[in-house]
Amino acid sequence: MNNSEARQEIDHLIAAGDLTTAARELADLWVNEASPSAASFVVQRFEALRKNLKLQPYRLAILRSFTVEPMVPLFRAAAFCAGIDLTIYVSDFNAYVQAMVDSGSTLYAFAPDAALLAVQTRDVVPEFWDDFGSLKEEQIHAIAQRVSSEFRDWVRAFRKHSPAHLILHNLEQPMNPSWGLLDAQQRDGQTAAIADINTAIRNLASEQAGIYVLDYERLIARHGRATWHDERKWVTVRLPIAASNLNHVVQEWMRFLHPLTGKLAKAVAVDLDNTIWGGIIGEDGMEGIRLGTEYPGSAYQAVQRALVDLYQRGILLAVCSKNNREDALQALEKHPGMILKPWHFAAMRINWTEKSQNLREIAEELNIGIDALAFLDDNPIERQQVRSALPEVFVIDLPTDPVNFSRAVRQCPLFERLSLSAEDQQRGAIYQAQRERQQLERGVTSREDFYRSLHQEAEISPLTKATLARVAQLTNKTNQFNLTTRRYSEQQIADIAASEGWECFSLRLRDRFGDNGLVGVAITHLEGDVSQIDTLLLSCRVIGRSVETALLSFLAERARAHGARRLQGWFLPTKKNAPARDFYAAHGFTTAHQNGDGTLWSLDLAANPIPAPEWVRVRILNGDR
Amino acid sequence: MSTTLLDRVRSIAADVLEVPVDRISAGSSPETIDTWDSVHHLNLVLALEQEFNLQFEPEEIDQMKDIHHILEILGNKVTQG
Repeated sequence: MNNSEARQEIDHLIAAGDLTTAARELADLWVNEASPSAASFVVQRFEALRKNLKLQPYRLAILRSFTVEPMVPLFRAAAFCAGIDLTIYVSDFNAYVQAMVDSGSTLYAFAPDAALLAVQTRDVVPEFWDDFGSLKEEQIHAIAQRVSSEFRDWVRAFRKHSPAHLILHNLEQPMNPSWGLLDAQQRDGQTAAIADINTAIRNLASEQAGIYVLDYERLIARHGRATWHDERKWVTVRLPIAASNLNHVVQEWMRFLHPLTGKLAKAVAVDLDNTIWGGIIGEDGMEGIRLGTEYPGSAYQAVQRALVDLYQRGILLAVCSKNNREDALQALEKHPGMILKPWHFAAMRINWTEKSQNLREIAEELNIGIDALAFLDDNPIERQQVRSALPEVFVIDLPTDPVNFSRAVRQCPLFERLSLSAEDQQRGAIYQAQRERQQLERGVTSREDFYRSLHQEAEISPLTKATLARVAQLTNKTNQFNLTTRRYSEQQIADIAASEGWECFSLRLRDRFGDNGLVGVAITHLEGDVSQIDTLLLSCRVIGRSVETALLSFLAERARAHGARRLQGWFLPTKKNAPARDFYAAHGFTTAHQNGDGTLWSLDLAANPIPAPEWVRVRILNGDR
Repeated sequence: MSTTLLDRVRSIAADVLEVPVDRISAGSSPETIDTWDSVHHLNLVLALEQEFNLQFEPEEIDQMKDIHHILEILGNKVTQG
């Protein structure tokens, strides 16, 4: 039964003007009842509320070879509940090729932020779906080649006309191959032929920025091929997917939407007792807790492995546990069943304080926003406490059976990433070095002594192919020390760097504790005798070490070398970039213009040298072009 | 039984067709509800399939001309099941 009480409650909240609670209850309704009727209700209510809520607008095009209309309200409902106001364009039936190839098509007029190419094996390569048994070996190769190059042409056409992200559904396998068991014995079987095309599609994505593959074949396998389709609706209304699976497609689309819109968790705080081991360490002791290769300890090892995978992806781990510190640390350090090690954790709060307070402290210590924190706890009471005290924190709903814990962690869309930089993979280690740095800072007396003791070395380089992904990522993720908070895709960054008069630089920072990786970006363009700073940002973990001055000094030198007389830059205030507010004033800039968006600061280059701080060694590289 | 079935269908139809529950009666049809177009009809069919955990035959979908016929077809399938 669809829950009419919950619906009435939501309408009461809206009537009473409590829109934040109404939005939260709509999200809860969606979690409990992800059906077409709930979707319709959720979308209608959010459409009425959208102007009063801070939702992120996003434009998405669906290019399709089958009926997707019933999934549109499901998709919009799921997106609304994640804080995203989705405008969806659906291409005409089977007109996806024209839409991509024709620069004047309604697709490009729509100006999507991202597009999905949702096509099926039976539409793009019907020979492989229906007639495979009668194909000769050379025909099979020719067809696979043709379809692979069609995909390549479509992607090329799309890229020529649009800077948007493009997500390609790969091709599904048939339930029963034409040759039966023989298919698996042959080198040129149906399965192998379809897999060849999928390899070609994957290569397209790995070669280019902003092109991604949605593994549709795996999606079907994960949910069960035997019950995936509805052949009757395929024949009658061109909808090949059974009603009960429509939301699985939508969930998969949402896994892409989260990284595309930056609705991500940078860290996850985990409880200990009954979450990463079975039992209570303070009562059951080292020998009593369940953690090992036998059931049920194996379920907890599985969730630990899932967390290690997140760590490898660059997501920070923290402990948030009500326990006696010594008991918990002993288990973390010495229990033979532990997969996670103490060094995996960037912060620890093991005490008897309320979890919401500990989470606040963890976010502060890790220098991330509270809305970039996820929380993993088996105890529904603790989850509820955090949910009501800190609605910004993403609370993962763990199922009751620990066997399913690892799945809940692995399927959480907030941990999805679409590209990974070297920095992401080292992030855990970088934060550990940061803790050592802070200990050093407490040991030295003056600020300058501290800077000197760091032995900082900044390497400034023009944009290269190798740094493109990280540079785009920084423009999308950096909130605090970011003067203009302009978000750019990889494609946009590449276009900017190639434009006349524009330059894009990245900054890498090393110090005595190790390599901080690529942590700064500056984009400038020259207009007459003014060098304009379009973007200037620094990752929060290196703010306040005067590296920003070194970067600005470099930009001033560079502007002078290009014959500029003034260096200018906007400060556009946001909720989060207060740390950058006084940056230009502190370096001698004066206000040149002010409007509702922000302040334009200007510096006379002849009268105001910006000396680089002596404690940052700067090396300038030439890049690869 | 039939009251419950009617209530369930009414509340689903109200959600999907974007009208208040009290606008939906056994006689409601595309003629009386403006929003009941072909896309909404498909959405209604899918919503009912998911809610009652069944799949309709194409002929049954063709016969769903109003709430009354939907109840009749559902009634047959649910009691059969």
